[in-house]
Amino acid sequence: MNDGVNGVALGVFIFFFLAVTVMGFLAARWRKAENEHSLDEWGLGGRSFGTWVTWFLLGGDLYTAYTFVAVPAAIYAAGAAGFFAVPYTILVYPLIFTFLPRLWSVSHKHGYVTTSDFVRGRFGSKGLSLAVAVTGILATMPYIALQLVGIQAVLDVMGVGGGENTNWFIKDLPLLIAFGVLAAYTYSSGLRAPALIAFVKDTLIYIVIAVAIIYIPIKLGGFDEIFAKAGEAYSQTNPATGAPRGALVPAEAGQWTYATLALGSALALFMYPHSITATLSSRSREVIRRNTTILPLYSLMLGLLALLGFMAIAAGIKVQNGQLAIPQLFENMFPDWFAGVAFAAIGIGALVPAAIMSIAAANLFTRNIYKDFIKPDATPAQETKVSKIVSLLVKVGALVFVLTMDKTVAINFQLLGGIWILQTFPALVGGLFTRWFHRWALLAGWAVGMIYGTVAAYGVASPTQKHFGGSAKEIPGIGEIGYIGLTAFVLNVVVTVVLTFVLKAAKAPEGVDETRPEDYTADAGDPGVEAELPPATAGKTH
Amino acid sequence: MSDASEVNRGPVVTPVRVVIALCLVAPFVAMLWVGSYAKTDPAIAGIPFFYWYQMLWVLISTALTMIAYKLWQRDQRGRRGGSK
Repeated sequence: MNDGVNGVALGVFIFFFLAVTVMGFLAARWRKAENEHSLDEWGLGGRSFGTWVTWFLLGGDLYTAYTFVAVPAAIYAAGAAGFFAVPYTILVYPLIFTFLPRLWSVSHKHGYVTTSDFVRGRFGSKGLSLAVAVTGILATMPYIALQLVGIQAVLDVMGVGGGENTNWFIKDLPLLIAFGVLAAYTYSSGLRAPALIAFVKDTLIYIVIAVAIIYIPIKLGGFDEIFAKAGEAYSQTNPATGAPRGALVPAEAGQWTYATLALGSALALFMYPHSITATLSSRSREVIRRNTTILPLYSLMLGLLALLGFMAIAAGIKVQNGQLAIPQLFENMFPDWFAGVAFAAIGIGALVPAAIMSIAAANLFTRNIYKDFIKPDATPAQETKVSKIVSLLVKVGALVFVLTMDKTVAINFQLLGGIWILQTFPALVGGLFTRWFHRWALLAGWAVGMIYGTVAAYGVASPTQKHFGGSAKEIPGIGEIGYIGLTAFVLNVVVTVVLTFVLKAAKAPEGVDETRPEDYTADAGDPGVEAELPPATAGKTH
Repeated sequence: MSDASEVNRGPVVTPVRVVIALCLVAPFVAMLWVGSYAKTDPAIAGIPFFYWYQMLWVLISTALTMIAYKLWQRDQRGRRGGSK
């Protein structure tokens, strides 16, 4: 793989990298508000983003470098099963159309910065809010780590990742530099940095996809040829399992898995703190609804990208580590300079979500752990300071994770993270529509879902791994193989509903709801909803 | 603007709202019924049915969400206008 450094590609890569670095630092001055020492400013970009900025920001946030590497890698490895990412992203938008505007409204009215803020305000329960915050942080950390894995894959293929026998410091130096730069501008510019860089990232990605989807098939003799070769490759028996490697179309047995993975992932996506951060940074409720109609453009891109997995097979790419399949395909197919553009797209594609994710995790820590449990009288300036520092710590944590542990550990945790984060759905989305659920019941349901999901995922073996070998398992009672996260979610809801009945019958204290029904439909311009919120004290309830 | 911008005067279930709901539910039915599209033929430009069909649904669901958005806007405007 490392037959020397690809100088031209590396040069182009470095050029783009420097350009976004400058942008990242300058971003602090972009649409600057008067009070820069509030968490709204640093952590939500002043809640000022319009339709297009939000579109780029959400797109840059949700369709990460890891997605670009992992989705085609899954197709490369097993065929049709990896394509579930497309129905998954189709289902996300009608889903969020129904509940995100409500979250936006209530958050603006009460100055909520995180989902946990909302849960605490709605259910009057710090315990439940802590559970949501901890789940969010736990699920985000491995996600950030995977972004670094994405950058590593690109560096490897360019030949600067170093071989096995180079000194670890030299080997990881490029990653460390990329990382240091990311940390520095996130610290200084907050959410404005990834918002601005997202423009570059998406433009590059769209160009690369457009070229790849036309240029590579021409070189490989058309899609007929590509799918014929891929079909042949999938029918070969995998020596490790004794079964065929994959299929062009999911077999009867795989269809439940396909559908439950798509549905479960769609439900989970907007539970992730970084999705919510990008949502709350938008200027109005309409911006969000409008975005649900233009965000699917990214899904189309994802679908095309997934097809690259087949092209990698047809092009005869043979890699041990599936993550390298797509970078290697670019390296083999494109002229050097364009391979550099493609690598830059992936590399920058990792920086944007990594920045947003670390900001989101930091906001959760500051608002729902630091302020709720450690220092209730923290000033907005202190909140911002803590958030900035935590965003650094989170990233360092992710870096240590990637450098010290095997990549599979990060992937396993990311898989678990998806299962975990889905367990906050009843409290958050349930809470947006009804106050019927009892807070303790929600907490119990969450705990059951978390435990079941973790234990079930631990028990999945694959030919290469004894535990965490996949995210699908037999659904108890139905007998089909389905996504563990969704099974855990159903269990969670059942426990929540049953316990709510019990607790209501026992007259357990309900907690105070600080929101009112009209808060959920308020829009910018309404009384109490200011376009630019005053420092985070706006929704102060203590 | 009124205090609550999404006014809920008038009946909760109206024909327009049923259409909005259908627009939002349709993608779920289509995509989760994997058996309906798990086949290779007919292929378009060499791409098996399974793949182009799902990508087509990206466009269909976008159109449906857009319709839902427009209808919802009109629904809200109508209600607010009617109450003034």
